[in-house]
Amino acid sequence: MSITTSEFSGRRRLVLKGAGVAALIGLGVVAIAPQALAANDKYPEDAFKQKGQADAIKALYGKTAEPSDKVKMDAPEIAENGAVVPVSVTTTLTDVTSISFLVAENPNALAASYRIPAGTVPSVANRLKMAKTTNVTAIVEAGGKLFSATKEVKVTVGGCGG
Amino acid sequence: MASSIRVRATANGDITEVQALIQHPMDSGFVKDAQGNLIPPHFIQELTFEHDGKPVFVADWGPAVSKDPYVKFSFKGGKKGDDLKISWVDNKGATDATTAKIQ
Repeated sequence: MSITTSEFSGRRRLVLKGAGVAALIGLGVVAIAPQALAANDKYPEDAFKQKGQADAIKALYGKTAEPSDKVKMDAPEIAENGAVVPVSVTTTLTDVTSISFLVAENPNALAASYRIPAGTVPSVANRLKMAKTTNVTAIVEAGGKLFSATKEVKVTVGGCGG
Repeated sequence: MASSIRVRATANGDITEVQALIQHPMDSGFVKDAQGNLIPPHFIQELTFEHDGKPVFVADWGPAVSKDPYVKFSFKGGKKGDDLKISWVDNKGATDATTAKIQ
């Protein structure tokens, strides 16, 4: 494969342009970046790639969560089938903007994240896969802060591998 | 092809309860097939519910959501007979969409 001159210079220009944009971002947007993380409307690809629970929460929200009894999570004590574990969360907190589910010892901790616009009830039920017995954590983002509830679910047959 | 999305949206006073069941393999990328080859990841990444032109619920999913995923939520402002638009896109770029009437 050969690269013609015009192609090469086109690419070069792209690189230069990219560098300029990066410099702009570096100058201006750094200050608002932590807030922008949580309010981002895009799929949080990076957060889903994190292995550990703490890293996933950090990648998704850019801050840490504190346990709260206002977050009520419902999950089974024992899940016979790790491939289908029904988990739901509801909260009495107001001004909720998102709810996320994490499974601590899955290959990637973050399982699902839900964006809750104003007018939507902060209550979600879904079904998750669990590799083995571990903690399931629900994170509720309310008024810019993170609140969590954790429960251990015993798994007799894992749902993440053969 | 029949839609992969099955939705039930029920209005009860001010609150509309939505339950959705989607047919999708949700392969995690960690499971091997009968020949011992890894099945590549194939999962829904984003699922959006829209009412009256505005998103009322957006799900970002990883591969740890169960096969044929189910989700339930409620929102305010829906009326009987209103349209609820549901769409998803997976990590291979496949999409599906449907519109359900609130009952």
